Amino acid sequence: MKTIVEPYHGDRPPILKSGALNWMKNNLFSPWYNAVLTVVTAALVYILVTPLWRWAVTDACFGTTPDVCKGSHGACWAFIQDMWPVFMVGTYPSDQRWRVALAAGMVLLLIIATLFRALRKKRLLHLLWILSPAVIFILVRGGETFHLQYVPSTQWGGLMLTVFLSLVSMIFAFPLSVLLALGRQSDMPVIRSVSVAYIELVRGVPLISILFMASVVLPLFFPPEMEFSKIMRAMVGITLFFAAYLAENIRGGLQGLARGQYEAADALGLGYWKKMGFIILPQALRIVLPPMVNNFIGILKDTSLVGIIGLIDLLQVAFAATSNPKWLGKIEEAYLFVALFYWIMCYSLSKFSRILEERYQL
Amino acid sequence: MTDTASMPAPEKIPFWRNPTIRACGFQAVMLVGLVLLALVIYRNTLANLTLRGINTGFGFLSNEAGFGIGEISAIPMINPGFFSFVASAMGVALGLFLLFRYLIQAEGNGKNRFMLGAGVVLFTASLGCFYTSISMVETYTYTHASTYVTALVTGLINTLKVSVLGCVLSTILGLFIALAGLSPNWLLKKLAHAYIEINRNIPVLMHLFFWYFIVFQRLPGVRHSASLFDTVFFNNRGVYLPRPVFQENFALFFVAIFLSLVIVFFLWLHGRKRQGETGKQPPVLIPCLGVLIALPALVCLFTGTPFHFDYPVLKGFNFKGGMTLTPEFMALVTGLTVYVSAFNAEIIRSGIQSVSKGQTEAGRALSMSEGRIMRKVILPQALRVIIPPMTSEYLAIAKNSSLAVAIGYPDLVSIGGTILNQTGQSIEVIGIWMTVYLIISLLISIGMNWYNAKIRLIQR
Repeated sequence: MKTIVEPYHGDRPPILKSGALNWMKNNLFSPWYNAVLTVVTAALVYILVTPLWRWAVTDACFGTTPDVCKGSHGACWAFIQDMWPVFMVGTYPSDQRWRVALAAGMVLLLIIATLFRALRKKRLLHLLWILSPAVIFILVRGGETFHLQYVPSTQWGGLMLTVFLSLVSMIFAFPLSVLLALGRQSDMPVIRSVSVAYIELVRGVPLISILFMASVVLPLFFPPEMEFSKIMRAMVGITLFFAAYLAENIRGGLQGLARGQYEAADALGLGYWKKMGFIILPQALRIVLPPMVNNFIGILKDTSLVGIIGLIDLLQVAFAATSNPKWLGKIEEAYLFVALFYWIMCYSLSKFSRILEERYQL
Repeated sequence: MTDTASMPAPEKIPFWRNPTIRACGFQAVMLVGLVLLALVIYRNTLANLTLRGINTGFGFLSNEAGFGIGEISAIPMINPGFFSFVASAMGVALGLFLLFRYLIQAEGNGKNRFMLGAGVVLFTASLGCFYTSISMVETYTYTHASTYVTALVTGLINTLKVSVLGCVLSTILGLFIALAGLSPNWLLKKLAHAYIEINRNIPVLMHLFFWYFIVFQRLPGVRHSASLFDTVFFNNRGVYLPRPVFQENFALFFVAIFLSLVIVFFLWLHGRKRQGETGKQPPVLIPCLGVLIALPALVCLFTGTPFHFDYPVLKGFNFKGGMTLTPEFMALVTGLTVYVSAFNAEIIRSGIQSVSKGQTEAGRALSMSEGRIMRKVILPQALRVIIPPMTSEYLAIAKNSSLAVAIGYPDLVSIGGTILNQTGQSIEVIGIWMTVYLIISLLISIGMNWYNAKIRLIQR
């Protein structure tokens, strides 16, 4: 008879097999079909990556003039080296670019300061954060009163415009979305139905139709003598659009809160605004912080649509830069560069959101 | 202890502190505010429109459009034939539904014979109607002389085409990527993760531009087209495929295929029921295959081949014949599919991982095969988690198909934009866009909510 169970006589646990070879055996080649799969996948990766690598690295040429790229099959990174300020700030006057750099540096400093736990509670830091939008706006826009050259918003573009549009839209959409979420949860039928109608209407239509509306129809709603810049209109459109999505996120937080919290606030005799402001919202907003970061990623990606209504954002700047006669048709390089920027921003934000999620789950 | 008499009488609450009255007042103020705002907007708009000399109203829709559309789809003509087509299709569906309900009813407690009779009668009658009305459906296509309405309907059909295709393809691709991400093979898993992380962190418009400007417009010219077995051709004017051309008798052929599919479905249902009752698996595969092949073959034998293929051939400067998929269409569908499949893969992966490990182990303990565990144990439970987020992805595809305007594919928004520029009727055009997208969104949500309710865990 065949023995099925081999009795184990040792007094130690079996030796754990480890090492690179065993790892490979377990994870890549263990049954025969896995080995086939590994080989096929490796071949696929090789076929995809090799030409890209050859184009982007091996055959690439660097420098700052178009001459270095003549007769080369690889990427012409000289184009990016020459034009990267344009990618960053668009048609912003070149002798004034230091102002944008200064503004970006200030924000970066503030963010770094906020990352230190000890500084986070300081009043001064909060004050600086609150003041920063105004300071940045003055610095970037300029004007006679500040002894800075005035730079109209038609000259803003590139990464600066993308970041500016998404940040400002987020800042304005946030209070609006809190009101909408509260309205949707309200007992008052008129307010509830107005909020529900707004949220569902906006979520049911594409952003592009809202942007068209903001850019073409919105000026019709105001007296003829009022004029809005294109950026202003786009901002209104994006804000109105994302307020609806953000409101649904916040509603999730409001609903996720235990009923006892509402009842406790009522039992303390707090009025509606005190109840919401001191008890409910601080807890609800903390729950929805990770989805709100994801929402912000959505805004960041969708600001690329403003190109369709004629703004030169980070994506459109790729076209603008390649239409420069010096660098005609270098569209692949421009795309890879722009894609990399979007990717770095969105990927780091999504990692950040995941860290937040893990922290709040504890 | 205090004497109740000595306590001050409870203060009468003034009416402005009564919560009901306050709520009413607050809402009244808000309502008045909204109405006032609407009035101001209305007056300003009228003033602005008269200033610019734009007429209001939808009268412009019946004017001649006069512009060209790159991709023209056939529009069914609203005539009695079309109505009987739709009605008979609905009748067929209802008949099938009745039969299905009859079959899955438990044996014993008064099986509803009426349902069987009604189902059979409705099904056969509607199928007959359907067969006769197929040939009565007439279509028309957009030309330069058509009206703006026809242009918009053409755009709507293009939008729907792209959306449906995008939903189906992104789900299939997403499922494969998700399964690859769950594979024990380290390399495959990493590749799937890389695919997801790269694609979902790049804006969808960038995807579209990439596929349009860098892939489909960079394909070789017409004279140097890449070909697949000399039947499918790729060049920078699009993708050329063979097109099936239907003969006179194709309707009967379709009816035969449909009928055989219905029979196969009921055979399968019957087999499953028998297995549930007796534990024995009756032979299903052979009879099913037999029906599936025999019935259409029989029709072909009597009436001749139902269709032949029209192959694209290079004649002069372009391909003639066959079916053309424009680069815009290809770029839009590919871009949307790749972008959304990354999200779908993530949704499906987390759905599958949400099913507890014990379920897989229980399946293995019952000596089910891995594929069977996936199909019968994991997926049905994972679907409950997957459906709600998937619904919003489908909605996103329908809405993102409007980005067609950026690469010049003539969808609803793109054609509407042309009309807007020609006529200046911005409010009306944007109103049409929003209404149509709201209806599409509503239909998708209703459909998916119905499906979600059907597969929901019924808790007793």
